[in-house]
Amino acid sequence: MIVENSEVILSVKDVTAEVDGNAILKGVNLEIKAGEIHAIMGPNGSGKSTLSKLLAGHPAYTLTGGEVVYKGKNLFDLEPEERAKEGVFLAFQYPLEIPGVSNLDFLRVAYNAKRQHLGEEELDAFDFDDLVRERLDVVKMDPAFLDRSVNEGFSGGEKKRNEILQMALLEPTLAILDETDSGLDIDALKIVSNGVNQLTNPNNAVLLITHYQRLLDYIVPDYVHVMQGGRILTTGGKELALELEEKGYDWLQPAGVA
Amino acid sequence: MTASVKTLVNQPYKYGFVTDIEVDTIPRGLSEDVIRMISAKKKEPEFMLEFRLKAYKQWQKMTEPDWPHVHYPAIDYQDISYYTAPKEQEKKKSLDEVDPTLLETFEKLGIPLSEQKRLSNVAVDAVFDSVSVATTFREQLAKDGVIFCSISEALIDYPELVQKYLGSVVPVGDNFFSALNSAVFSDGSFVYIPKGTKCPMELSTYFRINTEGAGQFERTLIIAEEGSSVSYLEGCTAPMFDTNQLHAAVVELVALDDADIKYSTVQNWYAGDENGKGGIYNFVTKRGLCAGKNSKISWTQVETGSAITWKYPSCVLVGDNSVGEFYSVALTNNMQQADTGTKMVHVGKNTRSTIISKGISAGRSQNSYRGLVKMGPKAKGARNYSQCDSMLIGSDAEANTFPYIQVQNHTAKVEHEASTSKIGEDQLFYFAQRGISMEDAVSMMISGFCKDVFNQLPMEFAVEADRLLSLKLEGSVG
Repeated sequence: MIVENSEVILSVKDVTAEVDGNAILKGVNLEIKAGEIHAIMGPNGSGKSTLSKLLAGHPAYTLTGGEVVYKGKNLFDLEPEERAKEGVFLAFQYPLEIPGVSNLDFLRVAYNAKRQHLGEEELDAFDFDDLVRERLDVVKMDPAFLDRSVNEGFSGGEKKRNEILQMALLEPTLAILDETDSGLDIDALKIVSNGVNQLTNPNNAVLLITHYQRLLDYIVPDYVHVMQGGRILTTGGKELALELEEKGYDWLQPAGVA
Repeated sequence: MTASVKTLVNQPYKYGFVTDIEVDTIPRGLSEDVIRMISAKKKEPEFMLEFRLKAYKQWQKMTEPDWPHVHYPAIDYQDISYYTAPKEQEKKKSLDEVDPTLLETFEKLGIPLSEQKRLSNVAVDAVFDSVSVATTFREQLAKDGVIFCSISEALIDYPELVQKYLGSVVPVGDNFFSALNSAVFSDGSFVYIPKGTKCPMELSTYFRINTEGAGQFERTLIIAEEGSSVSYLEGCTAPMFDTNQLHAAVVELVALDDADIKYSTVQNWYAGDENGKGGIYNFVTKRGLCAGKNSKISWTQVETGSAITWKYPSCVLVGDNSVGEFYSVALTNNMQQADTGTKMVHVGKNTRSTIISKGISAGRSQNSYRGLVKMGPKAKGARNYSQCDSMLIGSDAEANTFPYIQVQNHTAKVEHEASTSKIGEDQLFYFAQRGISMEDAVSMMISGFCKDVFNQLPMEFAVEADRLLSLKLEGSVG
């Protein structure tokens, strides 16, 4: 929701970035305020995923220009785990499998790392167990998944639900969902979207990265940005997504730009 | 790999100090005279000197094995001192009489020997360079008929037992390093568990190499009589020297009918620096004989130290229905090289063996699993299950698996599974993105990987092993 005078959570100014020496982002500007849901759409290779990984601090992605301010701080002064503990959450497009580490342990260590960062007391195994079981409802996940190794042998849909479960526990200020809809059937898409919708409130914000308008039927954005060639070409309301669905991306390409 | 994650500082080796103590050391070099001198210093019975000289003769005709997947410059066996002991080493009747410097050294290593501080349910034999300096809880164990002492004392107090079993599992000429050990070994532990006795506490030996240029050649012999059981653990550390030191041990286990021996090792010898300078050459022969029916020998090892490791704790399953187990975690970092595994030799009927090997290679290290499973012609219905998993950390480390399977009867069943995984940048990023530090991430992944092996360790040491691996890997990940 768009709220008058709400706090700016993320401000991206003229950001350029590269991966393996290839310039991918070529001047991105974006401002996200508390309570808002933004969607970035665009064709493959437009730089959407690069932006999400850059913000989360993936070591392969390097900021080469511009600045990003997150809750009043220079985001790039923070290590990836500090960003996470400060409330930046990335739901991975391809969540990693961690053999030998139980999902429950992983969730507890992550949750307590954040508690500790906030100066709160860590939850013991019993209290945490109660909490996690309650949060499982957000994505209708079977408790049996807690005892399995993190994402190991999970189906594509189960992995994405597990990402949203982590989001439900960590209660991020800025949640970046990188193609969370990819590989989901319609039922799973509904469950995941419904989970995300339960977690939004006037104090946090969501940045959706997606190819398809389909997700935006379930998580309704306040703003839609279209990205191409490492830049945001245009910004509009949710109706822009429908227009893209109908016309594709080419009509946005300004004359003279390859 | 990016620079940011490589910059984590390597955890210094915390056991690298040298104890300043006067030692009685014999000049470097090996000859028949040296062997006679060692034997005389130890006031050994005649049969022992003969045993040593026979081994020495065999050793002179043997050549160092070249088949392991490890590389090191030729060892000059004449440039090693074969006997080094703290001065005035009359073994003390009471621990309070032991040189305080030695007590202090072991305390610093986390092995308190003094009466008040020691672990309540673990008896310790502390070996410093070539000799045993103290053995705790001896009287208490003696009440149950359990003998736990240094092998030098056993040679004097129980010569028949030693003569009967020494060399019965690892013959003097078994291999180059066992022959060398048989010729020059100076000390080690001796354990005898009488018939029907369950050893009332954990037994352990702590080996400390202190003197530069000294080799350590320890010899351990454990005998479990019919229906008895024992759990034994050894730990090892050494100071940091730029030169390499040789450690060539022999361990023999004998389990009679229905006996059960569990032998665990946490090996943390100095591994050399990050460029491979210094460190221990750990060339060890360990073998258990399941002589009796329904007997069981279980090896658990956590190998984290040494510049080079060459070690294959094995089981010879002679008794019908006997069981051999090998659980191993071998970690190599920087320039370390390990060629380690096991041999399961099935002789008797319905014998069973399990091999669980977890190799972790980081830095530019080389880590090889080498294992033999042999099903003899009379081993009807014998079964083996092997699982060999490798984990690579970073992109410059090497992992190899060399399984050898020999089956000489068609009722035997052998299963072998293997896997390779990698701790990569993306997994670490996933943890980081959830607010979990790299140290915690690595430690969680390593614990998970090693769980099946750590579960086999005695409780007190499982936690220690877990922590040790995390320390060893600090700075290696990225």
